[in-house]
Amino acid sequence: MTTDNNDKILLAHGGGGQLTDELIRKHILPKLQNTTLSKLGDSAELNLPSGSLCFTTDSFVVKPLFFNGGDIGKLAVCGTINDLAVAGSKPIALSLALIIEDGFEMKLLEKILESIGQTARQNNVDIVTGDTKTVETGSADKIFINTAGIGVKLPNADLGIEKIATGDKIIINGTIGDHGMTIISQREGIKFESQLKSDCAALSPLTCELLEKTSGIKFMRDPTRGGLAATLNEIARTSGFSVIIRENCVPVNKTVQAAADMLGFDMLAIANEGKFVAVVSPESAEEALNICRKHPLGKDSSIIGEITASRDVPVVELETRIGGKRIVQMPYGRELPRIC
Amino acid sequence: MLNKINQAQDILDATCKSIGRQINIMEVCGTHTVSIFRSGLRSLLPENLRLLSGPGCPVCVTSQDYIDIVLELADRDDCIIATYGDMIRVPGKAGSLETKQSKANIRVVLSSEDALQLAKENPDKTVIFIAVGFETTTPASAVAVKEARADSIENFCILSGHKLVVPAMRALLSGKNNKIDAFLCPGHVSAIIGYGAFREIVEDFNRPCVVAGFEPLQIIETLAEICKQLLENKAELKSLYGAVVTEQGNITAQKIVEDCFEPIDGYWRGLGKIEASSLGLKREYSKYDAFKRFNITEKSSEEIKGCRCGEVLCGLIEPHECSLFAKKCTPIKPVGPCMVSSEGACAAWFKYGRQGNNNDNR
Repeated sequence: MTTDNNDKILLAHGGGGQLTDELIRKHILPKLQNTTLSKLGDSAELNLPSGSLCFTTDSFVVKPLFFNGGDIGKLAVCGTINDLAVAGSKPIALSLALIIEDGFEMKLLEKILESIGQTARQNNVDIVTGDTKTVETGSADKIFINTAGIGVKLPNADLGIEKIATGDKIIINGTIGDHGMTIISQREGIKFESQLKSDCAALSPLTCELLEKTSGIKFMRDPTRGGLAATLNEIARTSGFSVIIRENCVPVNKTVQAAADMLGFDMLAIANEGKFVAVVSPESAEEALNICRKHPLGKDSSIIGEITASRDVPVVELETRIGGKRIVQMPYGRELPRIC
Repeated sequence: MLNKINQAQDILDATCKSIGRQINIMEVCGTHTVSIFRSGLRSLLPENLRLLSGPGCPVCVTSQDYIDIVLELADRDDCIIATYGDMIRVPGKAGSLETKQSKANIRVVLSSEDALQLAKENPDKTVIFIAVGFETTTPASAVAVKEARADSIENFCILSGHKLVVPAMRALLSGKNNKIDAFLCPGHVSAIIGYGAFREIVEDFNRPCVVAGFEPLQIIETLAEICKQLLENKAELKSLYGAVVTEQGNITAQKIVEDCFEPIDGYWRGLGKIEASSLGLKREYSKYDAFKRFNITEKSSEEIKGCRCGEVLCGLIEPHECSLFAKKCTPIKPVGPCMVSSEGACAAWFKYGRQGNNNDNR
């Protein structure tokens, strides 16, 4: 049986036989090339420096698969790198598991793998182990990806939500809502022409530099699903402190804002894929802000607010542009389509 | 901008102080409700000025019977329900469209045009467009119906739940809530019907009616204008949304609507049956009328037990005065429609207004 000319994924590609072998050797390995993966062992053997390790996993089901500023492959690499980065570690290695629907086009798979390989290489992270499964038509939506990752904790990183105290400043590394609104604008049924572009990016180059050059970073998190509203509410609930942010300090792209207004979405609840929120001691805040602003991933960084004592129950409050105040709730989470 | 806000706020503070009693101003537009809450404007208002969110959110005012009709239609295998997203989660007797969403025949659309497109793409199914909304959305429904007729698209119809805002305001002042001192009139609706449409409220009920835009500054300036009138014992018709709203409104849109629709008795949540307050398709378009096609009639219906959405919509209570609010009724598990729609008063209170100890539901 000649297998060379398969232009679509077949169930047999996940069957563990000849086609699986060929899929891995011809299509996957060349895109992700590194010595650990090339051994194709049942497990990857990693030679890591001593110290603490960070370990995380995430699954990606975004629709559409390709969007302005990225695709499911780039997202799968960046998403896991970012979870490692905000924990204060330098990402080292990722695993990659693909679940592919029968009939998925091989050239789209290649495009996704190319993007995975490129994003990993750009960020000095190896894809060291993986898995491929295929499922019947209708059992998955084209392709789902899981990545898990290992990072080595930076010696300077002393992060923990319990370290947060009244007066700490909150920094974000740029405009909010770009990813979520881009996805929505390209979603079937809503599609509209726009200049929107996802902020999908790996944050570790900036977070590592920040942790190496300054002390006083107490906590970081990437505001993905649920946006800034969800992240700040998590900080408030877990730390027991309230949070106040100022609307005119929160960076927004005007096109994103206009699109959100048009659809009635609250900017604060829209997803990001290349942003982190850092809680920083007041004395280090300016220095941290300057480091961020000098970095390509943080030129629009801003101190958006601070940690305050809570009166009764910890809340997130927004001081609006007109000087009014309102609560920022944990988003309900249904308004938006599959975005990551 | 902050300067202008402060100026308007100073005028508002001074006039409210001079009036010296509780002032009740009702907004009748969901977009105003959201803008007021989202901008934190309420936190800047004088204590004796109360803003009431009236019947301005299309989903909220839709009757229980209409919701149940939609849910019944959704059970038909030969139909596709095309609906605005807000309607998806409104609870009826038997769940909501969301709980039925595993059925592939429920589609969220952004416009009536999208619904018509669905009909073109699915010739073997009848697409029923859930046409709710005030005068702002009606022209688009009319255009879709006209287009369907022009292109002979037979598998398309609309379930018109379109409502008229002025009859609802009259009904409120005639009985349900005569404590309303003035109306902050809707911006989008006025762009269609013209601010002249509110003259009858000013003349027949002696209440100030002022049209506002949606920016917080425009809203606060409108409130200041209304309070100035109240202080001087005047009731005047004005629009402070000059760039968008004229006295006559959009004549083209009005003609399209008149061509397709005629006023019929409408059923409203909280307000009950109001004469000539809804729009039904005219006889010549009856082919596209889902009520006629499926032989259904909307009737008055009992509202959900314990839910006080009706009273909220009439401005008789504030959302937190309902015993279900933030306890049994939350955006995650809404009991009434005012908690479902993002433009609903209860959802806005829940999302932007609650403080500290109201958080029992967490």
